[in-house]
Amino acid sequence: MYVAVKGGERAIENAHAWLAEERRGDQSVAELSVDQIREQMSLAVDRVMSEGSLYDPDLAALAIKQSRGDLIEAIFLIRAYRTTLPRFGGSEPIDTAEMDCDRRISATFKDLPGGQVLGPTFDYTHRLLDFKLAADGETPEVNERPAEIEAMPHVTGFLNREGLIEEAVDASDAPPRDLTREPLELPADRSLRLQALTRSDEGFTLGMAYSTQRGYARNHAFVGELRIGTVPVEMDIPELGFAIEIGEINVTECETINQFQGSKTEPPQFTRGYGLVFGQTERKAISMALVDRALRWEELGEDFVGAPAQDAEFVLYHADNIQATGFLEHIKLPHYVDFQAELELVRKLRREVQAEETLEAAE
Amino acid sequence: MGLLSKSPKGRAAELFAPLNVSAEFDWVRNPEIGSVMVRGRAGGTGAPFNLGEVTVTRCALRLSSGQVGHAYVQGRRKQDAETAALIDALMQTDAASEVQRGVLDPLAEEMRAAKATRARKAAATKVEFFTMARGED
Repeated sequence: MYVAVKGGERAIENAHAWLAEERRGDQSVAELSVDQIREQMSLAVDRVMSEGSLYDPDLAALAIKQSRGDLIEAIFLIRAYRTTLPRFGGSEPIDTAEMDCDRRISATFKDLPGGQVLGPTFDYTHRLLDFKLAADGETPEVNERPAEIEAMPHVTGFLNREGLIEEAVDASDAPPRDLTREPLELPADRSLRLQALTRSDEGFTLGMAYSTQRGYARNHAFVGELRIGTVPVEMDIPELGFAIEIGEINVTECETINQFQGSKTEPPQFTRGYGLVFGQTERKAISMALVDRALRWEELGEDFVGAPAQDAEFVLYHADNIQATGFLEHIKLPHYVDFQAELELVRKLRREVQAEETLEAAE
Repeated sequence: MGLLSKSPKGRAAELFAPLNVSAEFDWVRNPEIGSVMVRGRAGGTGAPFNLGEVTVTRCALRLSSGQVGHAYVQGRRKQDAETAALIDALMQTDAASEVQRGVLDPLAEEMRAAKATRARKAAATKVEFFTMARGED
């Protein structure tokens, strides 16, 4: 018999009021403002924007405040808000060669045009807790040097000249498939895979990328180039009849160069993996590039060696933390009726087993 | 228009306010917040793919003298979109040179200066390699 039940309204209301109080914490401590989060927790803001698939630092900072710093909850809030926005259109593809770079490094070429620019990096810090930060908020004076107007060409372009690396060209400028508008269906072309990867969970993607480095898919990757900086976003405006800049975003781009022995269809050459992510998110961008490369086994004529990172279905269907957490967390919600059925079943099975045992003992 | 789309919040209005320019208008399209899907290219130069959306505010208005101004500005900024559309319309009138001098030029200069400061900070983190004695002598 199914009995519909209601209840818990007051408990829920009280729980939410308490949540708000706990979020605020000790009231003798100053409250965090959204501006403070946006300016001082900027890498958390960047993660929420990239995995939330919506570039808006103010909204991401608000989401972090509301979620008490639970970034997946914050990403959930951003994804939910995103669905309420009318879409004005799609931009022209951004031109990362024109980036105003805060950081630009190559692990493959020491003396490259434009140079190795470290930018505001954690690299080469000693990873020792800095107790000065707890004591005061003073920042050191930042040195400046005259900036030469110097082009920063993509590193893969040099290798291209010798024909040592596969080219990344595609004549078709057809609008790419969009997994926010249609369900993610396999087989997924590279464009769809890149969209799924750029909004994928950083931890999952890092784990997958790490597995390829440890030997699950045999791809030894070099960071050919990593760049972080701002690029303008242009869109064609129908009422104007031409394209204008509608904004500027901060992105991280990673191009990996992978050794490739050649296959039945391709000569020995270097192949490429690509990562492009909103914000300053270099761990994610490098991970994305490694996983992108592993997923390209089929188009490069490589063998499927059974590695998880080569399996598009496995990677793409488990990389989205909002889908994952939605399904995972729903099991904590009431399943009283389901469980009642399971309980009945187990009781019945036990009765049958016991009856058989009694019968056997009697014989 | 590109300049106004990226300008810091409220800055264009601050520069515009002291100008003695009449700004009567009717809405053609009320300020509206939406998104634009930003695209990238695989490998930087290959096939386009969807990177994620960016919030954008747009509007259109008509001056009492008839000129129509459009605006698309990044973020959720209805007031800034209004200012941007107004400036776009005024740039088609006799007030163009005053608006150029009073709003667009200083805005461009401020944004150029901010970018240049960042570029100089980045330049100070550029690595200069030097070769240690190689011990061959």
